[in-house]
Amino acid sequence: MPDSLKAALARFRRSHEFWLLAVILLLCAGLGVANAQFLTMQNLFDLLTSYAFVGILALGLLVVLIAGGIDISFTATASVAQYVALAFANAYGANWFTVFAIAMGTGLALGAINAQFIQKLRIPSIIVSVATLNIFYGLLIFVTGGKYIYSLPDWFATGIFWFEFDWGKTSSYGVNLQILVLGVSFLITWLLLNRTNIGRQVYAMGGNPDAAQRLGFHTFRLNMLVYCYMGVMAGAASLVQAQLAQSVAPTVLVGKELDVVAAVVLGGASLSGGVGTVLGTFLGLTLLAVLQNGLILLGVSSYWSQLFVGLVILISVSVTAWSQRERRARRVRA
Amino acid sequence: MSGISKRFGGVHALRNVDLTLEAGEVHCLVGENGSGKSTLIKIISGVQAPEPGGRISIAGQDYPHLNPVRSTHCGIQVIYQDLSLFPNLSVAENIAIGQHLGGLRTVDWTAMRTIALNAMAKVGAEFDPDTKVAELPIAGRQLVAICRALAADARLIIMDEPTASLTRHEVDALIALVSELKRAGICIVFVSHRLDEVLEIAERVTVLRDGAKVGTFAADTIDSRKLSHLMTGHAFDYDIQPYHVSAAPVVLEIKGLGRDGDYEDIDLTLRSGEILGLTGLLGSGRTELALSLFGMNPPDRGAILLDGKPVTLASNAEAIRQGIAYVPEDRLTLGLILDQSITSNLTLTVLERLAGRLGLISAGTRKDHVAQWVSRLGIKVSDPENPVKTLSGGNQQRVVLAKWMATNPRVLILDSPTVGVDISAKDGIYEVIRRLADAGVAVLLISDEIPEVLYHSHRVLVMRHGRLTLDVPASQTSEPALRQAVNA
Repeated sequence: MPDSLKAALARFRRSHEFWLLAVILLLCAGLGVANAQFLTMQNLFDLLTSYAFVGILALGLLVVLIAGGIDISFTATASVAQYVALAFANAYGANWFTVFAIAMGTGLALGAINAQFIQKLRIPSIIVSVATLNIFYGLLIFVTGGKYIYSLPDWFATGIFWFEFDWGKTSSYGVNLQILVLGVSFLITWLLLNRTNIGRQVYAMGGNPDAAQRLGFHTFRLNMLVYCYMGVMAGAASLVQAQLAQSVAPTVLVGKELDVVAAVVLGGASLSGGVGTVLGTFLGLTLLAVLQNGLILLGVSSYWSQLFVGLVILISVSVTAWSQRERRARRVRA
Repeated sequence: MSGISKRFGGVHALRNVDLTLEAGEVHCLVGENGSGKSTLIKIISGVQAPEPGGRISIAGQDYPHLNPVRSTHCGIQVIYQDLSLFPNLSVAENIAIGQHLGGLRTVDWTAMRTIALNAMAKVGAEFDPDTKVAELPIAGRQLVAICRALAADARLIIMDEPTASLTRHEVDALIALVSELKRAGICIVFVSHRLDEVLEIAERVTVLRDGAKVGTFAADTIDSRKLSHLMTGHAFDYDIQPYHVSAAPVVLEIKGLGRDGDYEDIDLTLRSGEILGLTGLLGSGRTELALSLFGMNPPDRGAILLDGKPVTLASNAEAIRQGIAYVPEDRLTLGLILDQSITSNLTLTVLERLAGRLGLISAGTRKDHVAQWVSRLGIKVSDPENPVKTLSGGNQQRVVLAKWMATNPRVLILDSPTVGVDISAKDGIYEVIRRLADAGVAVLLISDEIPEVLYHSHRVLVMRHGRLTLDVPASQTSEPALRQAVNA
């Protein structure tokens, strides 16, 4: 057993996740020294809360990328789901269960539309999702006139606050809606990808779609599941975001796609399919959050923050590609 | 199975084929491209249904047709040429992938590992089951594919071109493994273009031609010449070519060429009109040497002389300018742009020459150029504007040849030009090579297959561990002698 443990550790040391973790720890140490605010409980909870929206979407996108596809229509899906669920709650009344059911159901339906086009007509997923992003968003703006909803049901606006505890004297902490949904999403996605045969079929299909078909995997159903999962995640994320913002804003979500793509790609998922882990996505999300938050705490303008995020993605992807090439070259020489 | 037919539109892919496969038998299926081998395999594996009237009987049970699930249940496993593995997953998961089939349930990783280790023990595979398949060499991946078939309780394993990308040692190991499986009562069907191997491994050989069965023969009653005759309807007899170019001028001369880690102390001369065969195991340095001659792998030491003058080949553009052309081993990935038209591919190397004033190329000039090469090499083309990938393997290979010949090379380097090509197409390629040499081109023919270099070169070189170990006229050596020199 120690041998296989050693082998597993050696594999982890070579992995993308290991390097990410090292970079994050370094960054955190540096930021902790530079700004006393950074490594506080308060800041940690704030970060988790404000990055829950991006994180939940990232998990949906991770599954799509592993399956060998891509979807960037999720912000439009989320906008639609948010509007439908909360407009319904305002008009007819609802509870937590029903708003989530409506938002996630809407996301599921829109995801199924994506999957239909990608599968039946064999159009590349990037093109389908660029088109549906515009269609979903355009229809939403047309129907709503782009008007915000500011008056949300009281229970929704209050949110939840579980496991409250005090830390020091100044403030109390607890699990809010954002952190709860983020946590559950991570757990479910991890279970799906690592503990169910369907998740493993998704990995296999992303790695070699022809072989998956020959083995008798139902690739149509798998793809359907993957894009619907993305839609469901977009539905859940949209409510998390609305609760945090205390409003439904049809126009503010679209445009945030790239943060999500950045988190997943930083986490080591490959755009060519078959590769990516939940841990990696968590670390990618953390790196993105730490970087953006750290730069703000250091007083750097938010314009610079974009530049830094871009640079970090480029460096991270280059290092991975370079180390893979080195390893392959070494194998050829051996 | 008996009376199996299959039509695609108006074309008969298979006509009334009968085939009997016995437990513990090694059966080879041979035939040229388009003879119906793949269709027959697809019918056995249940991917396609035969025309009504056919009958498939497995262990006494009759089926009008199969489907993939039923054929798997009956113990039929196909190992395709691409192996159909999942490079991103571990060895263990690939082998036990059948466990993932079906509706939602949790994964039993321990059980999967046990299944994998059991199958690996049967074939004597010793790699770490947690390794990703992408990190294994080709031979290792093939073992994984065989393990996967065994893990699915295979009673009949069909292997499509299993030896195409293996070295001789790996082929030997595979043959040993196949006899092992045979002893365990598993029937193995081998589909291969390499007739020597077919005869070495098979007990019975079934030959298909144009969708019909020519016959099933016991392997010890036929030889490879008879087999190729049966497959094509033509006789292909090759004689060793006499060494008649000793007086021709030397085009290429190499003195003391060396490159760290690749090859060392290489001396050779290549004369106008000469075909120089170069063989050796994969990894012996032959491809690295060829790439150096094409300016893509600069040597560390020694000199390359063209027409007696030393040249430095710093890039492939430089090499092309000096009159050196290179047709790479893997025509599919290196030699052609598959999605582009035949015309584009054929004109790619001579764009500068075809260009008129202002550097623009007229459609007429392109068309003439293409028509000329299509007829010179007998490339079968319905429309030159179709993508190259619509051509058969042999015709693709001719496009690559034409592409380089159009540059009027002095030296033509061919790396394994007939890999994956059937006998008739091979013959066409040999014909092209001979015509080129007759026209004064100096040809360096690199190949794994010993008969290929022996019968189609004037002089043969053998490379081992980066050094030239043999340099003889073809007329003064033989297949066994060369085989010994290669594997010594």
